[in-house]
Amino acid sequence: MKVLVPVKRVVDHNVKIRVKADGSGVDLANVKMSMNPFDEIAIEEAVRLKEAGTADEVIAVSVGPAQAQDVLRTALAMGADRAILITVDGAVEPLAVAKLLKGVVATEEPGLVILGKQAIDDDCNQTGQMLSALLGWSQATFASEIVLAGGKAKVTREVDGGLQAIEVALPAIVTADLRLNEPRYASLPNIMKAKKKPLDSKTPEDFGVTVAPRLSVLRVEEPAARTAGIKVGSVAELLDKLKTEAGVI
Amino acid sequence: MDSDILGQFLDALDRFVRERLIPHEEEVSETDQIPPALVEEIREMGLFGMSIPEAFGGLGLSMSEEVQAAFVLGRTSPAFRSLIGTNNGIGSQGIIIDGTPEQKQAYLPKLASGEMIASFALTEPDAGSDAGALRTSARRDGDHFVLNGTKRFITNAPRAGLFTVFARTEPGSRDAAGISAFLVEAGTPGLSLGPRDRKMGQKGAHTCDVMLKDCRVPVSAIIGGAARINQGFKTAMKVLDRGRLHISAICVGAAERLIRDSLTYAMERRQFGAPIADKQLVQAMLADSRTEAFAARCMIEETARRKDAGQDVSTDAACCKLYASEMVGRVADRAVQIHGGAGYIADYGIERFYRDVRLFRIYEGTSQIQQVVIARGMMRAARG
Repeated sequence: MKVLVPVKRVVDHNVKIRVKADGSGVDLANVKMSMNPFDEIAIEEAVRLKEAGTADEVIAVSVGPAQAQDVLRTALAMGADRAILITVDGAVEPLAVAKLLKGVVATEEPGLVILGKQAIDDDCNQTGQMLSALLGWSQATFASEIVLAGGKAKVTREVDGGLQAIEVALPAIVTADLRLNEPRYASLPNIMKAKKKPLDSKTPEDFGVTVAPRLSVLRVEEPAARTAGIKVGSVAELLDKLKTEAGVI
Repeated sequence: MDSDILGQFLDALDRFVRERLIPHEEEVSETDQIPPALVEEIREMGLFGMSIPEAFGGLGLSMSEEVQAAFVLGRTSPAFRSLIGTNNGIGSQGIIIDGTPEQKQAYLPKLASGEMIASFALTEPDAGSDAGALRTSARRDGDHFVLNGTKRFITNAPRAGLFTVFARTEPGSRDAAGISAFLVEAGTPGLSLGPRDRKMGQKGAHTCDVMLKDCRVPVSAIIGGAARINQGFKTAMKVLDRGRLHISAICVGAAERLIRDSLTYAMERRQFGAPIADKQLVQAMLADSRTEAFAARCMIEETARRKDAGQDVSTDAACCKLYASEMVGRVADRAVQIHGGAGYIADYGIERFYRDVRLFRIYEGTSQIQQVVIARGMMRAARG
């Protein structure tokens, strides 16, 4: 069975992001970029399935600028067998990504697609679900455990009330939550070896997909800065302020 | 290595240092031990074989690439660097430069993977800076040599599987000319270890005496084989330039770490109603440290680049080692000063670095030996 893992190049999670002065978006000039952390978890899970003998091949795919090669190289260093880069410059929305992935699924015919549950830049949390709808495949989102057996995937999901276990028929879409695994480090020897693994280049035209945005961003603003708090003298005073000033009680 | 791969490599190393090594610094210092599971992680990362050629399972980094890696690795406790230091440096380079094909095949893959740790046994109780005066004897006995003597402060000896032992093969000689380098495996009858040395700093990095008593090794154990009898000191000298640049880069990494910690502290710590970083006397210390660390970084990058281009950098590598090791001493001293009382107590780790970096001015050639090497190099060049 092939496992397909889409990965996204995002601002590194250690970077303190800044909004552009004109409010048109986040300043990406000279900012360190890396693989979306949830996608690293997805890659790790796919590689573990391969190591366990459940999967035969792990294919990483990314939709983004030419520099997204870097995150594919990381995926290859972590253990993916080959990679596909669909080059798109500029913003690309979840629906366009899902349509492109549908095209990749049609040619690669994977038995399982594992995605990160969301990307840490736009926090959309849509691509996996949209891909599931486009393909008509089962979906199991927010996975904290995946067990494959007998053409089915038993997936434990992290939901508000606790854990939910579901079973879906393969082929299926699974999205990875934080506690699914702890991704390995791309070791230095494996980074060198990854250089020799195949990385195919594609364009949206290869899949007949238009990636023009359907949404327009009106304005991006920083969250309001937290103002200093006050100390209250007693519980009674606290309750009073919560009623009269904060208006929450 | 193309620049994309080097960038990815340095990113991966930086992340490993930040997420796996720095959080273990205090534990390593307290217990005087790197946890075995962490040693395994370091092994899997490929850190033991950075400077060993790819053909033998290493990464085959050029000097320029190796110093970039050392800048990153230097940002955590030198104990971690010490663990991988001998396999990348003095413990393997002699074999790489002068070893026979059989010796390379037998040892380099194991050293690159970290399966075997290498130690470099040159220093003796009465032969340190004056290494040519060493007394360990190698008496010829047919196809063998019989080694007798004591080696001192041998880094990684307690966990080493292979020792490069320097011994006098020319009995009447008194200088460097009569010395050979032997590859002696741990467990060879007659080789034993002393108790672990108790040190000022670099806890978790271990050194001890290595004793040789009627230790028999074949002639083929000489690095380069029988053809290189009495050439051991030349082999030792060849590995030094690389080692000096590597240590210099580690000094810069440590300085950059201390500067970062000092800056963070100075911007948070408030006295007289403002962060102490607003005080000009504190700013002077930060600025001096930044300037000196930057100067050292530039010297090292330039010298590494010229070494990769095949130029003789012996004098300049000694300049780098002298300047960078003295520089990190000053930076560590200022870091303690900027941190004030917090710098003197153990919780912030600053006093630990202050003790750790003291060694850099001593090993792989003291500052005074570097000065002598530099001055002699200058005179040699002037004579033409």
